[in-house]
Amino acid sequence: MRKSGFGRVPLWLTYAFLYVPILIVVIMSFNSSKNLFVWRGFTLDWYPAVFADNAIMVGLQNTLIVATSVTVLATAIGTLMAVGIHRYTRGGLIRAFAIAPALLPDLLMAVGLLSLFSLLSMTLGLYSVVIAHTTFAMAFVTAIVLARLANLDPSLEEASRDLGATAARTFWRVTLPQLAPGMVAGALLSFTLSLDEFVIAFFTTAPTTPTLPIAIYSMVRFGVTPEINALATMLLFVSVLTVIGAQRLTRITDSL
Amino acid sequence: MARQPASSIARKRAVQKWAGVPFLAPGSFMLIVFVLAPLILILGYSFFQRGRFGGVVFTFSFDNFARLIDPLYVNVIMTSIGMGFVVTLLALALGYPTALAIVRLPPKWRTIALVAVLLPFWTNFLVRTYAWILLLNNAGWINQALQGLGIIHDPLTMLYTPQAVAIGLLYMYLPLMILPLYSSLASQDAQLVEAATNLGASPWRVFRTVTFPMSIPGVLTGCVFVFVPAMSNFVIPELLGGGKTVLIGNLIRDQFLKARDWPFGAALALVLTVLLIALLVAQQWASRRVTEGPKEKKVTSRA
Amino acid sequence: MTTTPELSSTPLLEIKDVHHSYGSVVALDNISISIADNEFFALLGPSGCGKTTLLRSIAGFETPSSGSILLDGVDLTTLPAHKRPVNMMFQSYALFPHMSVEKNVAYGLESEGVDKSEIRRRVGEILEIVGLAAFAHRRPAKLSGGQRQRVALARAIVKRPRLLLLDEPLSALDRKVRAEMQLELKRMQHEVGMTFVVVTHDQEEAMSMADRIAVLNNGAVEQLDTPLGLYSRPATRFVASFIGSANLFDGIAVAGGIDIPHLGMFAVAHTLDLGSPATLVVRPEDVLLVGPSETILSGLVVDTFFLGGSSTVSIEVPSLARPIHCTVHAANVAAFGERVGLTFDLARCVVVENPLN
Repeated sequence: MRKSGFGRVPLWLTYAFLYVPILIVVIMSFNSSKNLFVWRGFTLDWYPAVFADNAIMVGLQNTLIVATSVTVLATAIGTLMAVGIHRYTRGGLIRAFAIAPALLPDLLMAVGLLSLFSLLSMTLGLYSVVIAHTTFAMAFVTAIVLARLANLDPSLEEASRDLGATAARTFWRVTLPQLAPGMVAGALLSFTLSLDEFVIAFFTTAPTTPTLPIAIYSMVRFGVTPEINALATMLLFVSVLTVIGAQRLTRITDSL
Repeated sequence: MARQPASSIARKRAVQKWAGVPFLAPGSFMLIVFVLAPLILILGYSFFQRGRFGGVVFTFSFDNFARLIDPLYVNVIMTSIGMGFVVTLLALALGYPTALAIVRLPPKWRTIALVAVLLPFWTNFLVRTYAWILLLNNAGWINQALQGLGIIHDPLTMLYTPQAVAIGLLYMYLPLMILPLYSSLASQDAQLVEAATNLGASPWRVFRTVTFPMSIPGVLTGCVFVFVPAMSNFVIPELLGGGKTVLIGNLIRDQFLKARDWPFGAALALVLTVLLIALLVAQQWASRRVTEGPKEKKVTSRA
Repeated sequence: MTTTPELSSTPLLEIKDVHHSYGSVVALDNISISIADNEFFALLGPSGCGKTTLLRSIAGFETPSSGSILLDGVDLTTLPAHKRPVNMMFQSYALFPHMSVEKNVAYGLESEGVDKSEIRRRVGEILEIVGLAAFAHRRPAKLSGGQRQRVALARAIVKRPRLLLLDEPLSALDRKVRAEMQLELKRMQHEVGMTFVVVTHDQEEAMSMADRIAVLNNGAVEQLDTPLGLYSRPATRFVASFIGSANLFDGIAVAGGIDIPHLGMFAVAHTLDLGSPATLVVRPEDVLLVGPSETILSGLVVDTFFLGGSSTVSIEVPSLARPIHCTVHAANVAAFGERVGLTFDLARCVVVENPLN
């Protein structure tokens, strides 16, 4: 049977389409001129410049605070939710409800949350972003951990109970360790999502506490500079590591 | 086990019934308060009115919906639907052959190929959008390449056009089309292709009559994943369209953050939601129709 | 390898020196087989023997590294899979889930471009033959395993191919249905007048259905013969142990027989090189129980199985690693622990080469 070499063309086209823009961003971050359309020479100067830029550093700090909080909360709540759904419900409706936030348009969530916070007279700040991001990251964690639970061997828990362990002990010593890879993957994904999330943060944070994407947005609206390229390249690096890490841990694509 | 007194059995059962609560409570609380409530709020706001200094006045009215009929807004909605359509079709055109190619790769390459498709999606979207500014600008890389190759003389105006917005949206959401397509194609029994071939079908006929029809549920899922986000994105029309292309997302953003007419913004958000639900329903119906077939007529039993 | 009875007429399918290797793994080792028209032929062997690779090579899903496959004189290897006049019934049936039974069966005819009314007629006809006319509009998901198999068969047969390939047709069915289907398949093959080539690992299945069987092992044909021939005249040690049950005694070939250590010389005609390692094959029903003092060979009964009409007795003989099995058509032949004597009906025994040494 002839292997379809011709059928690979769309694949390469897609990869070119997806990666050429990214490559340009990365390569131009090393350009020794402020002009992003002409290559003048190699330099690393833009990278330290990123750290010297106050707006960026404030955004970065805020984002890290938010992302870390979100990661912890979303992973904890999401895992509990997944275990709860798997063990104590018949799935179906509540499962759909738990995963829904991942599928709703972010703009919808954003304006909804803004309305809610305003109605409750909450002053906006980083914590409102944390709440918003957690709700939405939680859905991803729940989905991932549920998938993992579906593949677990139930007889392990039964064996533990049979050997005299209480439900709590079984959960802690048997179930949780098995879920660990799924939880870590969920955590990594939550971190990345929160790190990059723009729309919801844009609506739910105060002007005085911008997250990094918001800071970038403000900068980009005024024009392009190599500093942004450098920042982007670094963010790219972090995201790539995170995704590959998450993939290694759960082999997410296997379940596709 | 010796017979237990009825009260202790009842207590055990009660414990079991509530055992799930500590697990489900925190998540459910978050979902109800921070997902369900906001959505209901938006639904509600669309029936209320803007206060004089912004904020919401709780007098019930249909004014917001009446305003939607204004040709200005209808235009925006139509443009958004049109843009959603175009982007979805482009995503399908590029994404389907890609997903097909990935499925046909040897297994060990498939994972890498998929991750390679996913990776750009997980990088900062502002950055990815910004990259297109570098590419499409009059002095940008594409123009430089075309001019350098002698294909064109004067630079093409690509940035700040609806086409740029479409490309930006396509770039953003293509992975969302490829993943469900891949999932659907990968779950097809490979032997079906062999069976069809063995029955005399040429490769094209096999695709047309077996592979493609069976992938329709995946196609529809991909379309839903792309269409709605493409309409609700406001950053890309702004950065790549120069504000000349106004989509529903831009309108909603403006109402909430600039004009401070939240009820009207909510009405617009409602339109978006309605479109989403309509799409989902259509997708479910069409999927079921493909997999289960038209309802069988009652067979009068002749044994 | 041995090929016995020569085909009296021109073979329908000729597999000539087909060789197939994946890198260093040889799946088919220069195989040659001839299959006659209207024959019910079986490719039998353990998993990994190459039978499925051979079947798929005929169908066109595998390409042999060398050799040719001639159908009615035309070399199939020059044709792409969808142009070959052979049809296949898949092990998992491979019914198109998004099409009704009717559309599934019509698929092959539509690919040929047959006229619509003709398609309807032929599909109706074949559905009657397999007994599924009432299910024409059902989807495969709503059928039982046996029904699905009949659809798969109908779909392949309706095109009236010269040759029908069946990949482990009965493996997915449970015992009772399997026995029924064996008869069904045989009946259908006669009724439709087609050549069937069945691939199976189940020797009982092959033995009961096929006119001739090719026993494959490690990519080569060990023996090609009728079921009776394979059973009563196994040509190799592998065939002897794979088909039916047998007592195998390893020894050295000598003039006029075989010399087995601790047991002595047994007179059985053979054509092996003198002094080469050989094995004596004695079927359980050719082992005769006599009084313990009547022969040199004797042992203790360690097990008896009574299976309805016959008993299988296991006798442990000192100096032999495994007990000898003897089948007798009676009950209460010997008691546990009893000392018995054994003789073999040598006229029915066979001596084969022993490649294991």
